[in-house]
Amino acid sequence: MTDLDSFRSETRAWLEANCPPEMRQPMRSEADACWGGRNWTFQSVAQRQWLEAMAERGWTVPDWPKDYGGGGLSPAETRVLREEMQRIGARPPLTSFGISMLGPALLKFGTEEQKKHYLGQIARGEIRWCQGYSEPGAGSDLAGLQTKAGDKGDHWLVNGQKVWTSYADNADWIFCLTRTSTESKQGGISFLLFDMETPGVSTKPILLISGSSPFCETFFDDVKVPKDQIVGEVNKGWDVAKYLLGHEREMISGMGLGMGGSLGATTKPADPLLRAEIAAFDVDALAFAAMSERFAAMWKAGEAHPASPSMMKYAGTELNKRRNELMMAAGGSDALEWESERSRKGATPRSWLRSKGNSIEGGTSEIQLNIVAKHILRLPGA
Amino acid sequence: MSLLTDDQKMLQETAASFLAEEGSIARQMRHWREIGCKDGFGHSLWKQFAELGLTGICIPESHGGLGLGATEAALVLEEIGRNLTPSPFLTTAVAAARAIDGTACADHWFPGILSGDAVLALAVDEGPRHAPERTGLEAKRQGNGFVLNGEKSFVVQGVSADMIVTAARTGGSPGEREGITLFAVPKDAPGLTVDSQALVDSSKAARLTFGGVELNADAVIGEVDGGWQPLSRALSAGSSGAAAELVGVASGASAMTLDYLRQRKQFGKLIGEFQALQHRAAHLYSEIEVARAAALKAAQLLDSGDDKAELHASVAKAKAADVANLSVREGVQMHGGIGMTDEHDIGLFMKREAVLGELFGDVYYHRNRVAELSGY
Repeated sequence: MTDLDSFRSETRAWLEANCPPEMRQPMRSEADACWGGRNWTFQSVAQRQWLEAMAERGWTVPDWPKDYGGGGLSPAETRVLREEMQRIGARPPLTSFGISMLGPALLKFGTEEQKKHYLGQIARGEIRWCQGYSEPGAGSDLAGLQTKAGDKGDHWLVNGQKVWTSYADNADWIFCLTRTSTESKQGGISFLLFDMETPGVSTKPILLISGSSPFCETFFDDVKVPKDQIVGEVNKGWDVAKYLLGHEREMISGMGLGMGGSLGATTKPADPLLRAEIAAFDVDALAFAAMSERFAAMWKAGEAHPASPSMMKYAGTELNKRRNELMMAAGGSDALEWESERSRKGATPRSWLRSKGNSIEGGTSEIQLNIVAKHILRLPGA
Repeated sequence: MSLLTDDQKMLQETAASFLAEEGSIARQMRHWREIGCKDGFGHSLWKQFAELGLTGICIPESHGGLGLGATEAALVLEEIGRNLTPSPFLTTAVAAARAIDGTACADHWFPGILSGDAVLALAVDEGPRHAPERTGLEAKRQGNGFVLNGEKSFVVQGVSADMIVTAARTGGSPGEREGITLFAVPKDAPGLTVDSQALVDSSKAARLTFGGVELNADAVIGEVDGGWQPLSRALSAGSSGAAAELVGVASGASAMTLDYLRQRKQFGKLIGEFQALQHRAAHLYSEIEVARAAALKAAQLLDSGDDKAELHASVAKAKAADVANLSVREGVQMHGGIGMTDEHDIGLFMKREAVLGELFGDVYYHRNRVAELSGY
């Protein structure tokens, strides 16, 4: 038996003993996820046990180094763990922007002290993070951001406004892009970390067309941030921001697509023309799933083009929007019900409307195409 | 899905440099077209495939082949597609080789494939659309053998083939998988008429007429009435291989188009500076990457004998044909007027895509297969 085989059998036995049955039920929506944080209320005893058991082994972030709260697993072991979790339908013990976005950026750009302090909190689900990127005047043109961080000697003084801050009203800390110089657009940005309970921070939820409010407006009014809570150098925050966006795009590209399997098998379309469209979609979805697998392997092996998350994000989100359009078509008038219990409070139309944001958030499809044209295809003037 | 191994990367490099050099459009495709070659491809190049060991990729080591599989074949096919190299590789060394593998027929034909002396073809279609279950070519028992009557169409390499793996019906009725039998039909079988058809891409396909072709029982490949198994094996290998070749066609056309966008000036600017074209080029790039992953996935599943291999072969063929079609259409459009001329190569990609897209079933055939195999 190889080391990997014995790792697999040990992992299987451990999961069998430690993953509560309730945590092996499929998640019905984002609301079933465990986000952690200072104010988190566990939805069940099982959810708490599962997080604690996994965090103790460092398996909420299996491939991070052990010193930073991770599991220290190799890429092959990480894959085995993922496969074994899938085998029993285990839910992720912890979902967070700390894991998917800030963590990778800290691993690359953080000081040793920052890594020890923040990564451990993330791995254990103690601190819930939100992302302060977009502003009312800086959407696609993100580097045009105006939120100011003034150098006051022993602290930064932050003033301005962010928008589309996901779950800012539930988050404990924010990683925030601020302007520390006006001399250069991209070269005047710094990447700050601060507590959302700092005086001067306030949030206001935004109601979406889907009826939910996953995003907020976030306001900063003379917010004092300790000088050492900066990632990377002053005015070099754009590098950190771009690296983090790569991870965000990688995450968004897979959203919603792994779920549900074949659309045709779920919807059983009787209309021959709809069946044909759904079959065309299923071909594209299965082909994209192959691309996701290949991309993940290439990304881990360092063989992927640095701009390739943009391609994945573009293709994945456009596909997810198409999936939702077809779900609406297949559902007919049932898919119009917004409140009934039998429609699970309008799950289909709410998902359809929410999916429209997929190709906007994290950089629009058009921005991703610009990036592919410039950095991968090297077209002139792009 | 696994990344390519070092050995596979080496094979890919070998195939890429060999085909870019020896198999280029100028040296092969245009050359044989200009001189009106009756087979539509060069036998000397086929011998070179053999010398490099490429014809033995799908042939087991016990028969003297490389004992590799669909993944390695896909790497070669992508390079064939990129260079539009006319070659019997897909039909002979992949599809027909898979059909006869493990049968008595292999002993007879594998040596010729390995040496590059033999060309094999696969005769399945009987009408303008691929429908293998609807095989109707009649094979009646007669004495110790069979007598075949009927027609076959779109037999790629059927003109130059030394032997044609032919699907015929010994039982059941068209539409049923039971009752199909595969026969090894030699090119000089009495009663066989081979009618050569020049196709849109200057390749040659045959229309075959079987007028009382008498065959011995030992011409049967596999089991009588049980031909569906080797046939579907060959068709999955063929579809997955055609997908890889289509990815090559798509990549070749898009590389040519991107070059043009970087050179051509209008309104005092390189046309590649226009965002209207940049976004289409970026979309195409993304689609080609997805198609390549699908083709690779199908090949790897075929090699591991996975239950889902047939599904993924159909996904790969449908996706790759769709994407290659987009690539050649965008290619001709973005080249503007020059793209409409015979002198420019971009149009050759469009013609090749049309033929490969149809081979072993078109986009609609394979989408329907995906639906059926997914249970709807």
